Amino acid sequence: MAEKIYDKQNPAFYALLVALVVMAVGPIVMMLTTSLKLNVDIMSDSSSLLFMPTLRNYETALCDFLWYEAPHIDYCDKTFGRALVNSLIIALVSTVLTLVIGCMAAYALVRFRFMGRDTVSLSTLAMRMVPPAVLLVPVFGIWTFQFQIDGTRAGIILVYVAMNLPFVIWILQSFIVQVPIQLEEAARMDGAGPFQVFFLVVLPLIKPGLAAAAIFTFRVAWNEFLLANALADRNSRTVPVTIVNSITEFDIDWGVIMATGMLLAIPPIIFTFVASRQIITGMTAGAVKG
Amino acid sequence: MQTANANRLTPYLFLAPAALIMAVALLYPIGYMIYASFLDWNPSQRIGDAEFVGLKNYIGLLSDAAFRESFFVTLKFAAVVVTLEMVLGVGLALLLDRNIRGMSMLRTLFILPMMIAPIVVGLMWRYMYHPSVGIFNRTLKSLGFEPIPWLSDGSWAFASVVIADVWQWTPFIFILSLAALQSLPQSAMEAARIDGATGWQQIVYIKLPLMMPVLIVTLLLRLIDAFKVLEVILVLTNGGPGLSTEILSLRISRTASEFRELGEAAAMSNYLLILLVILTFAMFAYNKAVEARAARLRKAAEEDL
Repeated sequence: MAEKIYDKQNPAFYALLVALVVMAVGPIVMMLTTSLKLNVDIMSDSSSLLFMPTLRNYETALCDFLWYEAPHIDYCDKTFGRALVNSLIIALVSTVLTLVIGCMAAYALVRFRFMGRDTVSLSTLAMRMVPPAVLLVPVFGIWTFQFQIDGTRAGIILVYVAMNLPFVIWILQSFIVQVPIQLEEAARMDGAGPFQVFFLVVLPLIKPGLAAAAIFTFRVAWNEFLLANALADRNSRTVPVTIVNSITEFDIDWGVIMATGMLLAIPPIIFTFVASRQIITGMTAGAVKG
Repeated sequence: MQTANANRLTPYLFLAPAALIMAVALLYPIGYMIYASFLDWNPSQRIGDAEFVGLKNYIGLLSDAAFRESFFVTLKFAAVVVTLEMVLGVGLALLLDRNIRGMSMLRTLFILPMMIAPIVVGLMWRYMYHPSVGIFNRTLKSLGFEPIPWLSDGSWAFASVVIADVWQWTPFIFILSLAALQSLPQSAMEAARIDGATGWQQIVYIKLPLMMPVLIVTLLLRLIDAFKVLEVILVLTNGGPGLSTEILSLRISRTASEFRELGEAAAMSNYLLILLVILTFAMFAYNKAVEARAARLRKAAEEDL
């Protein structure tokens, strides 16, 4: 493989690049450093970069998971720990469900030619138009009075799966179209049933699409606030809900709240670094390929 | 015989779960919302007990000054934010569309703001805007300037919210425009270069027109999303001071949870939805018209040959 040749650019261009990177990442770095500071350091007037990093804020937030006694905690507030467990369960379960159901639907749409691609694209766009705030009233009403699943994790998972399905079906469709039909026919000749063809032939071939879809679904479920806030009770609150609850208090403990924010931000950040290519594919697939 | 039957049923089996879930948890709620918007309904009532009031909610909203204010704020927010982001995003894409080392790393760093929870984005900016410990006022003070009331003054609060949103979403436009730029046909560029077009002429006459279809879709997607922004503003200002940053989504959620007027909130949701549908269709119609015109021109050019 030939070494890639890069154009030479003038120094001003690199200065601009550095400035852009600082602007993009700066606020995140600031959140990280604040979460590692004691409140004394946050309030002091001295330089913001010279301080003793401490994990105390994280210990306070995660106090019910600690296997040792942290000396500075005299009362353990379990709210955040519980919310973290809820968030993880809700995000993971709704991601898996959305992917399985969405994948099957996308496959049926492509291979059995129910509706044209245009119909699916259009309904995806239509669903994207619906702001979560619009779903707030009806979902609250239906979940509380008709299904009686308000305040449960299952209730929240159901909304998230429904919200994510149109996008997932649409993006997976664009990957399934590229799987050569001859491959499936060959498998069928060898005596595979439709389910075997789907799980053993098609699924392994669309792994990149699955990765993109998984990340987008997880992100929505992990970050969503409004509907979770309306549906959750004390025991099923997710992390975004607890964060908003704790900033409406009069006296904000910046160190701890930044630590909780950081914990909420870490999974998406990890995904970004591991799978940025899939994310960009997912993002551009809609607009660029049409 | 049996396999043939199974084969015929397969597509339905594959589609059924998705159709069921979307019908139950997406279409049904939307229909429900339209019905609820004609009711005088508070959260402690079952929907059957709520009184049917016809169009009263809709008419009441039209004469409600607070609603009109927040409708206007929503439009202003979307217009300002989308314009700024389009200009910055496309500009940066044109500038950075070069063959440089570390481009993929750069793109990775740029998508970080979009991936992080909006709640957390609000949190970070609220900390930075903080009147005494925030970095902006600290820097201003150490340079000898007056501190700025970022979140406590109406017009500054609006600007602050816009800045946070521009920070979070400009990368989206940037990534899409960059992808569009990199998929442009090389032959057109080369032809322009051979004909001696300057950098600016290449951008104005070749790159931008060729990127147009993608840019329009990008604009549409971003515009739709701009009407959905809620969490960042909720954390930063909660709509205040006054109503200066109270966008419609926020007002809907407050009408439902604080004022306990579900019918009115549903009517408001419908107004928002109607607005979005109109915008989307206008955009589609415009797009179709542009395409039709291009096709006509092409045809005319071919006939001339």
